[in-house]
Amino acid sequence: MSAEAVAVSPTTAPVLPMLGRQAYAEFVKLLRVPAFSVTSIVLPSMFYAFIGLGQAREPLFPGSSVTFGQYFLASMALYGVANVMVLGFGISLANERGQKQDLLMKSTPLPAPVYFVAKALSALAIALISIVVLSVFAAIAAGVHLTASQWLTLGTRAMLCSIPFIGLGFALGYLAGPNSAPAVTNLIYLPTAFASGLFFPLQLLPRFLQDIAPYLPLYRAAHLVWNSVGVPYDDISADWVYMAGYTVGFFLLALWAYRRDQGKKFN
Amino acid sequence: MSGPAVELIHVTKRYGDVVAVDDVSLAIDRGELVAMLGPNGAGKTTSINLMLGMRNPTSGKARLFGLDPKDLKARSRIGVMLQESGVPGMLRVEELVALFCSYYPRPLPVAQAIAMAGLDEKAKTLVKDLSGGQHQRLYLALALCGDPEVLFLDEPTVGMDVEGRRRFLQEIAGLGARGRTIVLTTHYLEEADQLAKRVVVIDRGHVIADSSPTEIKARVAGKRITFLTTALPDESRFAGLPLNSIQVEDHRVRLLTNEPEEVLRELFQRGVELRDLEVSGADLEEAFVAMTRHEVTA
Repeated sequence: MSAEAVAVSPTTAPVLPMLGRQAYAEFVKLLRVPAFSVTSIVLPSMFYAFIGLGQAREPLFPGSSVTFGQYFLASMALYGVANVMVLGFGISLANERGQKQDLLMKSTPLPAPVYFVAKALSALAIALISIVVLSVFAAIAAGVHLTASQWLTLGTRAMLCSIPFIGLGFALGYLAGPNSAPAVTNLIYLPTAFASGLFFPLQLLPRFLQDIAPYLPLYRAAHLVWNSVGVPYDDISADWVYMAGYTVGFFLLALWAYRRDQGKKFN
Repeated sequence: MSGPAVELIHVTKRYGDVVAVDDVSLAIDRGELVAMLGPNGAGKTTSINLMLGMRNPTSGKARLFGLDPKDLKARSRIGVMLQESGVPGMLRVEELVALFCSYYPRPLPVAQAIAMAGLDEKAKTLVKDLSGGQHQRLYLALALCGDPEVLFLDEPTVGMDVEGRRRFLQEIAGLGARGRTIVLTTHYLEEADQLAKRVVVIDRGHVIADSSPTEIKARVAGKRITFLTTALPDESRFAGLPLNSIQVEDHRVRLLTNEPEEVLRELFQRGVELRDLEVSGADLEEAFVAMTRHEVTA
């Protein structure tokens, strides 16, 4: 083989088309599992119908300009996106490991970061769909009104707030076994969603939960989305700082869990 | 750009106290079709995993095209069928093959990779709906889709029926004939015989033979002599006989040899009492297992 021939022929595949294919495959994989896609996309709207619809036009508290319908829309938008990240990643990763899909992937020239970014993109796409479905449902069924900029802020903040949960989902996916993953992820996610005041305002919850809540990532994220529909807070910058901290923390945890898993299998 | 395609250089792999591969050196040249043969647990899969960089050697090193096998440039030039691995069930065959094609710099067209594995009619089927044999074909398509220079096949015919196995082996032989380097593990001697020009026999982490199938066969093929003897048989009585293996259980003696006439003549001359004498063609599998046992104790 001549030197020129080596120089002109690429030695590895281009990353972007690979990422595109991988992200599409991950998206289709998630979408074709109704147990995941239906619950992720429909469940937030269903909760909205059960809890939010009847009192959508009532003020959040006496004298408030924010209606319960607006408040609960923000709650469920956040619940939906974080649900996709924690359960989508956690359970699908644990299953893939259980079926030893990671072995064959490992033997290919697919770089690990491409795989992870593709998974994150696919989950973000499903999260976005769940927000759109919920918003349309809330606007039509409950007559929720938001200004264009409020809609945009809500959507952006909900998506941004899902990022730390990508890390948490990854970590759980590498720590939990395929059989225990659904139970573990639900056991972690549902109670924290509840304790963060996503279903009922914190004031109605027991005292000890109110004391824990400020340290929960969903509580901090909830502040940001509630604020986007008009709930006033003195200062939301602390919430952003917390979210950044959780992002770093959860991704480090994910990296540790990933390395631990790889060390067991490929050392 | 010359030099061997695959190399293990004084590689040892320990899992805790277990030595899976013990100081193995092996070089496989471009265009070779090599079968790694050995009983279950001999270290074949570990050797393949070391060659692929899926396992790190405890000592020594592995090289693919002179590169670290973990190097994506090296991985871009190989195709792999693993013994135990899964693929996403919720993708269609053509989607999965297209995905794998995107991993490689010069992939085959998707349809061609699918056709080479004989899965044309299943291109639109969800992977989870494939049968066991079709799964193996899918793995072959995935191994081939990057148009690899070296193909690693770890026990590729496990779980196939006789007919499927025959067709599969024909395809592998065809790929080899067209100049691909192929490294195949198997515990079937006949598979190695049918396909490979070079057979590496591995037992308990050691390479115990590395030569042509004809030579290997000459060492293991032969006759089995079994008989009962009333005297407590003691292995020294068989010293100097052209035997491949000796097995003694209570009063039953089983000998494997390529020269049964010579052995029997000697036994009569030495006055060994033979009852219930049987001479039969040695089953290849059994002969092979006997050979690996023999080599280790020798």
